[in-house]
Amino acid sequence: MADAAQTSHAVHEAPTGFIRKWVFSTDHKVIGIQYFFLALFSVLLGMFLSIFIRFNLVWPGTEIPLLETFFPVGAPGGVMTPEFYLAFLTMHGTIMVFFVLTTAPQGGFGNYFLPIQIGADDMAFPTLNMLSFWLTFVALVVLLAAFFVTGGAPISGWTAYPPLSALGEIAGPGLGTGQTLWIVSIAIFCVAALLGALNFITTTIDMRTEGMTLMRMPLTVWSWFVTAILGLLAFGVLLAAGILLLMDRSAGTSFFIPGGLVVSDQIIDHKGGSPLLWQHLFWFFGHPEVYIAILPGMGVTSQLLSTFSRKPIFGYRAMVYALFGIGILGFMVWGHHMFMSGMSPYTAIFFSLMTTVIAVPSAIKTFNWLGTLWRGNVRLTTPMLFAVGFVSLFVTGGVSGLFLNQPSTDIYLHDTYFVVAHFHIIMGVAAIFGIFGGTYYWFSKMFGRQMSEFWGKVHFGFTFVGVYAIFTPMHFLGMAGNPRRYPELTGFDFLEPLASIHLFITIAAFITIASQLIFLINFFWSLFKGKKAEINPWQATTLEWEIPSPPPHDNFAGKLPVVYRGAYEYSVPGEPLDYTMQTAPNPPES
Amino acid sequence: MATIAPPLPKPQTPSPGGSGDGFDRRDSGGDEGHGAGRPKSLPDRRYYTGMMLGLAAILMLFAAFTSAYVVRKGLSDDWQATAVPGILWLNSMVLLASSFTLEKARRWRQVQARFQGWWWATTGLGMIFLIGQIRAWQELVASGVYVNTNPSSSFFYLLTGAHAVHLLGGVMALLYLSWRVWRKNSGGLGATALGVTALYWHFMDGLWIYLFLLLLIGR
Repeated sequence: MADAAQTSHAVHEAPTGFIRKWVFSTDHKVIGIQYFFLALFSVLLGMFLSIFIRFNLVWPGTEIPLLETFFPVGAPGGVMTPEFYLAFLTMHGTIMVFFVLTTAPQGGFGNYFLPIQIGADDMAFPTLNMLSFWLTFVALVVLLAAFFVTGGAPISGWTAYPPLSALGEIAGPGLGTGQTLWIVSIAIFCVAALLGALNFITTTIDMRTEGMTLMRMPLTVWSWFVTAILGLLAFGVLLAAGILLLMDRSAGTSFFIPGGLVVSDQIIDHKGGSPLLWQHLFWFFGHPEVYIAILPGMGVTSQLLSTFSRKPIFGYRAMVYALFGIGILGFMVWGHHMFMSGMSPYTAIFFSLMTTVIAVPSAIKTFNWLGTLWRGNVRLTTPMLFAVGFVSLFVTGGVSGLFLNQPSTDIYLHDTYFVVAHFHIIMGVAAIFGIFGGTYYWFSKMFGRQMSEFWGKVHFGFTFVGVYAIFTPMHFLGMAGNPRRYPELTGFDFLEPLASIHLFITIAAFITIASQLIFLINFFWSLFKGKKAEINPWQATTLEWEIPSPPPHDNFAGKLPVVYRGAYEYSVPGEPLDYTMQTAPNPPES
Repeated sequence: MATIAPPLPKPQTPSPGGSGDGFDRRDSGGDEGHGAGRPKSLPDRRYYTGMMLGLAAILMLFAAFTSAYVVRKGLSDDWQATAVPGILWLNSMVLLASSFTLEKARRWRQVQARFQGWWWATTGLGMIFLIGQIRAWQELVASGVYVNTNPSSSFFYLLTGAHAVHLLGGVMALLYLSWRVWRKNSGGLGATALGVTALYWHFMDGLWIYLFLLLLIGR
């Protein structure tokens, strides 16, 4: 019976034409790589925008001829207008959150490795998978088109709060066609994300190979699975909100637009809508979205810490339950983004309490990671360094969350750089460290060559010190009352003493961004010239390390593996090696 | 909502080229640990899983619309109840009948002539429902109630429109499956394709009843 299940694989033949093989491919590995490169392009673009953001904060009014060439309206004479600054800010946030943090860890690594790690030859619905990627691609194109329409990109932030986002051109540049494109892009992205989530969940439930019980799955698979569940429940709500916003803009409805608004000396012909309704809908999506970004990073970190400590992950089951705990609680805390909206203090206490409770599963994960490291035979490889960096950043960003989840302190810190520091560290940088860890770890499997360990470590050093240098001082800016979203800081007496801190942050940011070149060169050089990869260079136990690098079209060459044990059997007493593959049969019982 | 029969294990013949339209792929095996007592490998279970998940996502979309409906109505001083056009009663009957005919079609899956009759009846009823919805919108427009007249009418158009788009997808699925039967020129459709389509169709039916009640009682 097992044989019958293992050998029926003739259908999935490898396509030969370039288009079917590399462009409109249904192979989950190709799609994973497509997602990965889409995210890589997006992260470079998002980073590029942040250079101008940091530049303008420190040297406002400086002429940048390059800007005028591309954006004669937004930067006349090469000088950024305040609205143009906000357009860059909006696009930076949108690109990073949706097209990098949501796309790379889940769409990229999840697509590539989830089917392999559970012993499947592809996702449950390969064609749907292809559709997900191409919809994501279209969404990105539509978003970037906003830069090039009349009025330019929207200025309402990645959260697109109405009424600003709902009124159209009259409210400011970029709020006409640009904002419409933004909403359409996000709506398309939602559909893509929903299809992807559906595919991930179905694959995990129905496509596991023989012996791959739930509690033998690698924690990476668990994290992609929980992330997909969050996506399935959250993106539909954002889609609904986007449809309502689009109707407010183009069909004359008043879901979000209140009455009595006077904008640019004109009375707005809407009444009765509630901007807070948008905030509720948006953050019902938006908070789970934070976990969509970081849970895969937690999975990768667990995988790497166990592999490179040569120890089983500490508390495997607790790790699984903690993932679900974080996921479920993530749906009950959206109100903590709205403490300043005039909500009842009792409601605020509920949201505050639920948010604090998330510290429990988070602490379980952190202590289990430390427990895994404890007295391990630690190998400080590049992926391991990024995993340790993830833990550090997760704790740092988590601790600043404790200040923000108290309504009383949040009233002061809200909309300051403290918040910017908090979410960049935990959602941005920690998640990026997960992506870097995954890249250095799986590169050899994906591309068949090894990245340079030496330059990887140099890259880690610059990045790790760099991100702390950028974001630690931002906490002090926030405590000093420095508001977010101000395009420049001149003309405010209370901000003047903070100028040197801003200068420090900008220089740190430039050095950190420049050091990413080390990664890029290492990445692309290794792609073509790197050392040929072995099948299992890290001596890891999961299924992807049993097949060639890169794997054949149907992953297991027509013979699905049979799994006999859990994913983290390192240093098992009595075994010949310090790692035991998941497919190693149990010794005959004596 | 009608109950859905459990998926039947059915031998699948791989289609040449494995087009990936979903229904032709072979079994992946490895159902270990699931559904004790059922056959070891249920080739088509993934389609049920996928459809259920898709319906969960659609449910979240309409849950979000509903919460917006409740909040917007509760907050506003400009809400004027929109009279539900009488044709929607008829329409509801039509949609309920279509679920019945679809179940009939599934029952006669093996008997082509009977199957075809019930199947086309379902498709026809679905189309009549959609035409009825257009009539309902025309009726509202004729009486001067537009999408931006007041929040209640905005929600009326939004909810009925969003449902109609989803039902249109259902009608397209029915037509697509008819086309496949015609193309293959062979006896009937797989139980899975039918079962998954029925799952979607009945869900749309139930969703409509819910929306109708919301618009009727909650207005």
